[in-house]
Amino acid sequence: MSETIKQFLYLNRKAPYGTIYAWESLEVVLIGAAFDQDVSLAFVDDGVYQLTKGQDTAGIGMKNFSPTYAALGDYEVKKIFVERESLEERGLSLDDLQHLVWEDEDDDYAEKDSIKLVSREEMTAIMDDADVVFSF
Amino acid sequence: MSTLHTVNKSPFEKSSLDACLAHAGTGANVLLLEDGVYAATTGTAVEQRMKQALDSVKLFVLGPDLMARGLAEDRVIQGITVVDYAGFVDLAAENDKVQAWL
Amino acid sequence: MKFAIQINEGPYQHQASDSAYFFTKAALEKGHEIFRVFFYHDGVNNASRLTTPPQDDRNVVDRWAALAEQHDLDMVVCVAAAQRRGMVDEGEMQRNGKDATNIHPRFRISGLGQLVEAAIQSDRLVVFGD
Repeated sequence: MSETIKQFLYLNRKAPYGTIYAWESLEVVLIGAAFDQDVSLAFVDDGVYQLTKGQDTAGIGMKNFSPTYAALGDYEVKKIFVERESLEERGLSLDDLQHLVWEDEDDDYAEKDSIKLVSREEMTAIMDDADVVFSF
Repeated sequence: MSTLHTVNKSPFEKSSLDACLAHAGTGANVLLLEDGVYAATTGTAVEQRMKQALDSVKLFVLGPDLMARGLAEDRVIQGITVVDYAGFVDLAAENDKVQAWL
Repeated sequence: MKFAIQINEGPYQHQASDSAYFFTKAALEKGHEIFRVFFYHDGVNNASRLTTPPQDDRNVVDRWAALAEQHDLDMVVCVAAAQRRGMVDEGEMQRNGKDATNIHPRFRISGLGQLVEAAIQSDRLVVFGD
């Protein structure tokens, strides 16, 4: 394995369940976590629907994969950027999303928020900083 | 960091082009391919938006995708550069990364 | 320069695999290196050796296989995506008790780590999808 550390950005622009992209994208994030890269997740446009709380797939016969987002902290994935404009356009706010946290071992394992609400302008800068952008 | 953004959706069906242009930094390169090429011609409802975009980003369109769809190069908005696949490769190499707006 | 190519859509349904093919071919002609071509989502269907398009159409699978043969390309099909969609090689057939294989011998089935590794090792990742 390589010594190189790259800034990985996983770009999520699609809603869950209607297509498989969101779920299979999350599978890459989980596998990719083992490679010790500098990982960020971006949720823009319909991608913000992936993080809503209260998802119940019992009636559509599909696996509810939304609890997996809550496990991202255990995989050391702690930078989850959600675009404010994308939320607002969809009538959503941070309260509609799952509360995702990671444990900071340098701070007595205090739980810290993984989701950071950013403006479109800030999201542009985050994209600009990435070395590699994964799109699904 | 310089970025080549790629858009492969018609602007009349999907919002990918708008999303791309809203996030492409000044000086970024944007390549329209596949159904994305429909945004590159004159006389459309998005022509003004494309002309405005040219103030801050460089726009490219994939020639083989234009031809396949019956769009002659003389219909391409002035300022948008037509490239072939070799040109696409050059753009990908010249920029620091490629970001696909799928 | 080293490129990694990711293909998210199957053949014929979507242009993604065609675009990726012409990009890859052009990159090779310019002397660039293709570190890996990674097939994900429905893109795994590009590896079926049982594909039979009409004679007057391109054969997407054979075309990839011929390019791979000529340039010794590493073409990897994601195992998780392949299992869901019934893309099977000899190993997968035995592991999962299936009665047939359908993967073209120029492709190999492997894990998602191959995509991540390709992104790390290559100078550019270029994604083709829907």
